[in-house]
Amino acid sequence: MLEINGLHVRIGNKEILKGIDLSVRAGEVHAVMGPNGSGKTTLAQVLAGRVSYEVTAGQALFGGKDLLAMKPEDRAREGVFMAFQYPVEIPGVSNAYFLKAALNAIRKYRGEDEIDAMDFVSLVQERMKLLGLDESFMKRGLNEGFSGGEKKKNEVFQMAVLEPKFCILDETDSGLDIDALRLVADAINVMRSPKRSMLVVTHYQRLLDYVTPDVVHVLVDGKIVKSGDADLARNLEKHGYGWILEEAPGPAP
Amino acid sequence: MALALDAKETFVSEFDAFVKTLDRGQPDWLAGRRREAIATFRKLGFPTTKHEDWKYTNLAPLLQVPFRPAILGRPERIPQEQLEAYTFGVLKTSLLVFVNGRYARRLSYLRPLPEGVRVASLAEVLRDEPEAVEVALGRRVRIDDNAFAALNAAFLQDGAFVEIPKNTTVEEPIHLLFLSSSRDSPLVSYPRNLILLGPRSRAAVIETYAGWSPDVYLTDAVTEVAVGPASALDHYTMVRESEAGFHMGTMSVDQDRDTSVVCHSISLGGKIARNTVITKFHGEGGSLLLNGLFMTEGTQQADNYTRIDHAAPACTSVELYKGILNDRSRGVFNGNIVVRPGAQKTVARQTNKNLLVSKDAFVDSTPGLEILADDVKCSHASTIGQLDEAAIFYLRTRGIDEEASRHILTYAFIADVVNQVKEAPIRIKLDRLILSRLPRVAGLEETP
Repeated sequence: MLEINGLHVRIGNKEILKGIDLSVRAGEVHAVMGPNGSGKTTLAQVLAGRVSYEVTAGQALFGGKDLLAMKPEDRAREGVFMAFQYPVEIPGVSNAYFLKAALNAIRKYRGEDEIDAMDFVSLVQERMKLLGLDESFMKRGLNEGFSGGEKKKNEVFQMAVLEPKFCILDETDSGLDIDALRLVADAINVMRSPKRSMLVVTHYQRLLDYVTPDVVHVLVDGKIVKSGDADLARNLEKHGYGWILEEAPGPAP
Repeated sequence: MALALDAKETFVSEFDAFVKTLDRGQPDWLAGRRREAIATFRKLGFPTTKHEDWKYTNLAPLLQVPFRPAILGRPERIPQEQLEAYTFGVLKTSLLVFVNGRYARRLSYLRPLPEGVRVASLAEVLRDEPEAVEVALGRRVRIDDNAFAALNAAFLQDGAFVEIPKNTTVEEPIHLLFLSSSRDSPLVSYPRNLILLGPRSRAAVIETYAGWSPDVYLTDAVTEVAVGPASALDHYTMVRESEAGFHMGTMSVDQDRDTSVVCHSISLGGKIARNTVITKFHGEGGSLLLNGLFMTEGTQQADNYTRIDHAAPACTSVELYKGILNDRSRGVFNGNIVVRPGAQKTVARQTNKNLLVSKDAFVDSTPGLEILADDVKCSHASTIGQLDEAAIFYLRTRGIDEEASRHILTYAFIADVVNQVKEAPIRIKLDRLILSRLPRVAGLEETP
């Protein structure tokens, strides 16, 4: 579903990603772990289309299409979704208006009619239950005054409504208490399907205790230095990143 | 400067011709006030950018136009069905229409009003019963520091007289609609409104100023408002002048004790629009919400001057003005709050936020607090900025294209001002007017 080959990315003069190769097949959940500053968020953001990142080499194919050549909105319409580490607050735009606008933009791209108002309400209510959100939620301003946990829930809620093919979760576990973490993890698990892939970017094992990844990659200094199964994540939790840094070729950061 | 002088002489010389056209029946007191006013204007002259309160608005485009008093122009016939563009859908209102400053009885209608309520053409009142307005007219607006108010006092002829007796609630808003057009040569009209609320009364008044045709004209309007003890007024000023029209508006509000006043100042039209709002608390326990919105595009200028005078203790004023400036347009917010000695327990909050949606647009924001009492809560905040690129990116990652994202965020910027309009049909109309000024986005006709 997603094929990343030799991806180099820089911000200003600083090279952040130094040759990423990653292949995610339909139905798979991949975790990308790594110490702070290793380039995890850059990888997530560049896949979502942030312009301040400059791709200097390499490519990312999504369903065979050149993902990096697409505008951010077209990536979303093709089925890429990123749950932000720091979602933006937008007072004056209700969650309901925003979600409907997003859903209809995606439907239009696919040649579908705008969603019927009643269908929208029932879809939203069903997904709200999934994340334990109450009725007032849809009327509130988008992320306006939300706690860190509420913002993260909202990201996963949006994901559940928009039903993307490829989900990027950027540090979605940070800022969540244990109950919220469980809710979010359950929602992610409900969404796992043979047709949907996920890239879970995280610093900690926490979320992976609930969402078991098929493949775990360790990102250090802009390169994937090790890949393995779910046991690799557990080892990192137990022993930290130190042993990987020692094993990794090239200068330690 | 020379331009301002020439223009001054033109207006002064027109005064004599204007006075001759007036009915002989004009009361002496009014004739005397006119003479005083034109003398005051003669002394003041038109403001230039050297004048502190006019620093950012150059009136040259206005001063070079040879305006003639609208009373000398031909009457304009406006079809009734074309008024819909200016009214408020399902909202039932009394409607007084003025064309080039003159009352148009044919286009106007009054809804049933409670006993004792008077809603009438000021010209008719001045003709039939001038003593009804002798004391109040001109009492609440200073002309010695306001050239346009002085001109209005010299040339005033018509407008609305609204009087609500004590203990009376007028449920349906009263809409005063001023339409302007010029045809052959540029005209200037001088609407003068007098709105008096007795004790424990309640009313809503809407003033709309609109260009009937895309001509060059000048509307020099003055509204005087007195709100009696324990009364409440919702007031709306909608400036929708044509793109070549000039609007110089002054509103002056006196609030007695325990009054509640909301003034919405919506400025969308006009080549240059000056919106002056001056309010004063005369008694304790008053509250005021000054809710302003200005949107400019092309080479428009919107200049908002406000002054809130806390002359009595324990009053609360909240002022929120937001501006959206596009293209090469200019905006000004000049907000003054005065808390007089002894006006303890004053609460005054002033906020002005401006959004520049073009790199060539410009806005000046000048908050001014003069606090002469010590037990007060006063704050002011002013921002000028652009749309948040992070917010645009966020919306785009959800499938909303860039143009639509900008549209949504621009609307969101002023949503709090719009939401202060509690009367739904007026809010809906305002929404439509705002959305028509934003880039059109398919499928996003409803408001965020």
